[in-house]
Amino acid sequence: MVQYETHEYDVLVIGAGGAGLRAAIEASAAGVSVGLVCKSLLGKAHTVMAEGGVAAALANVDERDGWRVHFADTMRGGQYLNSWRMAELHAKEAPDRVHELEAWGALFDRTQDGRILQRNFGGHQYPRLAHVGDRTGLEMIRVLQDHGIHQGVDVHMECTVISLLKSDGRVVGAFGYEREKGRFKVFSAKAVVLATGGVGKAYKITSNSWEYTGDGHSLAYHAGAELIDMEFVQFHPTGMVWPPSVRGILVTEGVRGEGGILTNSEGQRFMFDHIPELYENQTSDDPEEGWRYTQGDRDARRPPELLTRDHVARCIVREVQEGRGSPHGGVFLDISWISEKISGAEEHIRRKLPSMYHQFMQLADIDITKEPMEVGPTTHYIMGGIRVDADSQMTSVPGLFAGGECGAGLHGANRLGGNSLSDLLVFGKRAGEYAAQFAKENGAGKVDEAEIETVASWGLKPFDNAAGENPFQIQYDLQDMMQDLVGIARSDEGLNNARGEIQKLTERSDQAGVVGNREYNPGWHTALDLHHMLTISEAIALAALERRASIGAHSRDDYPEKEEPGAGKYNTVVRKSGDGEMEVSREPIPEIREDLQAVIEEMG
Amino acid sequence: MATATFRIWRGDANEGNFVDYETEVSEGMVVLDVVHKIQAEQANDLAVRWNCKAGKCGSCSAEVNGNPKLMCMTRLNDIPLDAPVTIEPMHAFPPIKDLVTDVSWNFEVKKKIKPFKPRPPDAEDGTWRMAQEDIDRVQEFRKCIECYLCQDVCHVLREHDLHDKFIGPRFFVYAAALEMHPLDTENRLEDLKDTDGIGYCNITKCCTKVCPEHITITDNAIIPLKERVVDQFYDPIKKLFRIFRPQK
Repeated sequence: MVQYETHEYDVLVIGAGGAGLRAAIEASAAGVSVGLVCKSLLGKAHTVMAEGGVAAALANVDERDGWRVHFADTMRGGQYLNSWRMAELHAKEAPDRVHELEAWGALFDRTQDGRILQRNFGGHQYPRLAHVGDRTGLEMIRVLQDHGIHQGVDVHMECTVISLLKSDGRVVGAFGYEREKGRFKVFSAKAVVLATGGVGKAYKITSNSWEYTGDGHSLAYHAGAELIDMEFVQFHPTGMVWPPSVRGILVTEGVRGEGGILTNSEGQRFMFDHIPELYENQTSDDPEEGWRYTQGDRDARRPPELLTRDHVARCIVREVQEGRGSPHGGVFLDISWISEKISGAEEHIRRKLPSMYHQFMQLADIDITKEPMEVGPTTHYIMGGIRVDADSQMTSVPGLFAGGECGAGLHGANRLGGNSLSDLLVFGKRAGEYAAQFAKENGAGKVDEAEIETVASWGLKPFDNAAGENPFQIQYDLQDMMQDLVGIARSDEGLNNARGEIQKLTERSDQAGVVGNREYNPGWHTALDLHHMLTISEAIALAALERRASIGAHSRDDYPEKEEPGAGKYNTVVRKSGDGEMEVSREPIPEIREDLQAVIEEMG
Repeated sequence: MATATFRIWRGDANEGNFVDYETEVSEGMVVLDVVHKIQAEQANDLAVRWNCKAGKCGSCSAEVNGNPKLMCMTRLNDIPLDAPVTIEPMHAFPPIKDLVTDVSWNFEVKKKIKPFKPRPPDAEDGTWRMAQEDIDRVQEFRKCIECYLCQDVCHVLREHDLHDKFIGPRFFVYAAALEMHPLDTENRLEDLKDTDGIGYCNITKCCTKVCPEHITITDNAIIPLKERVVDQFYDPIKKLFRIFRPQK
């Protein structure tokens, strides 16, 4: 008999970044008992890394902004593959969610008249991002954490869920281990919210930490939920490239929002070379107009550096491939040049971008107030994920909800910067609210003892194989392979090879071995995380094969057109077939509501 | 490629010792990279906490050659590599395993501090108005990444072990952020004096020196709080005043 602790809740939230915390707060407010599981210590999740700001059409800086503009911007940025209902809810509810944070103690930067200040960001027509210098994510997670700990939520820190538990077709709980002693925990719950964030750790160059191994995506998939649009992985255009040990660490888009420009080894501002058709009318014709835009000139249009992330990342790759890159394989991002334009530029940069200044000074010996940074694309975010109902965030498995990055639909083929912090507030809240409602309407299910035994013995298997392969090596090989074959530029040949490699890596991971005991053993944790990483890697490769076009964040060398002739607009849907194999299909995107289509047309 | 020796504390809650690992080092590496390299190549079960690897989450606190540091922000260029580099867990907290310590006490302390309580909204739409000047000084405190290096180095906790009488620099910064929040209406001064033990701090400023976020902990947070406590409880004129007109 396997030993485990049991905990019972009405709602179990897995993941304690912004979405998980917001869901837990909401569920608790609805009067149900709530357990919150976090893979790290509370307050360390990836939300803490978000820098630029949270997008909400408060219209504090430009009164022309409003939910309709935010909605249209989000849809355009996502190449109209978004769930229009989620985009509508998000644009309408984000302002309330931001104001709510202020009532819980958040201190955003202020306008002259004392309201929340907003800044420009890629793809947003007006200054829309509420922010705190360049540490907005820290402010948000800390406020949610400090508010959340007084709401009666039971927090399980340093605890990893390795399987969901199901019974009679619905979710009834989750099974995991706590890191300190390696003991198993069984959570019995009437409803479960997944808020586990992203998948970046499947790639070699990433801004994500060790936690982002696609746990929620994989847990949901194995429990029978559907994943949509998994091919849309966002490569943030500006990650650090040098020194090697910091490669991939994020450089906020806020640098470009404050006037930073991208140049190549020939000193050219290459972003002016190609402006996508969808954005021709919104992009400045010359550097001077772009500069005026960043300084708040309402009649100026955005500089091309603030085009959407997918486009900027591709332009950088093009420059590097054509031999115009920086010494370490990136391009230059320069904010120091603004000293030509304003007095006291150095002080201004340090005040507006304090953590960027600090990061480059400390890790790369670069003073960004005096010299350019070297940057290149880094795996940052996944737009695809668990398919959810737009209003309730429930997946296709009864009782299972998803919010934040692991849920999908809002961002379509490409996410706008700032829309993830608002996403996790809006849909974290909704997931918590509807999970609580589900818990109230449905009694507790019965956890199946046999299922627990099966999962537990699978979890302990690596210990039986101390001479087995080093799990870190398998992880490195997976990351190299995903970077090469399922990265920014994809093809049928590469993706088919990737599927073969994933098959081999899966076989190797079954033979992974672990040394030492169960107490705080990273080798063991990595061996178990591999299962999730391999599942989502296969889903990404399979979905990428299915979309034979280049749109948004998904680029195919062999299918450069934006749409496959006659295919229409569709989601790729990945699910587990009856025989346990992963399968992919296409499903047409439901026709947009007329009034929302009218909003898009009106916004040009 | 050069090699260097790293003397890492390996052990658990009961016992432990230093183990030497020799490994290759390259340009730009930080201490956390070395720990990961050793973990991946030589000791798969070497326990270490980390997340962002960019000095933003405050997970990878440890003592490098005796100095409390974030391992992700400590570059090898800044450390002499001709002698073994010692890496050990924070001393002010009980060890769990290797470089990981039990910091749960900090989470319990925070929960006991009275939460934010705002004044009624200023505007009809339920929002507030605040001037940037009024939030600048609080924003300094809110940069805190909860790495607990200030707690680790504070002698009241580290040497005197007064964890049950003293909340430590991190939570004075937290209390200051709440007390000086322009919207907050709660009063935490009595707690600061009685249960939080602010009097134990004798302003040696060790906490300020180790803060990776460069928060001026002693001068900007602790001293002003001490002054407020003195003002409220030890000012003789105010005391007389209170005797005749007791305050709530």
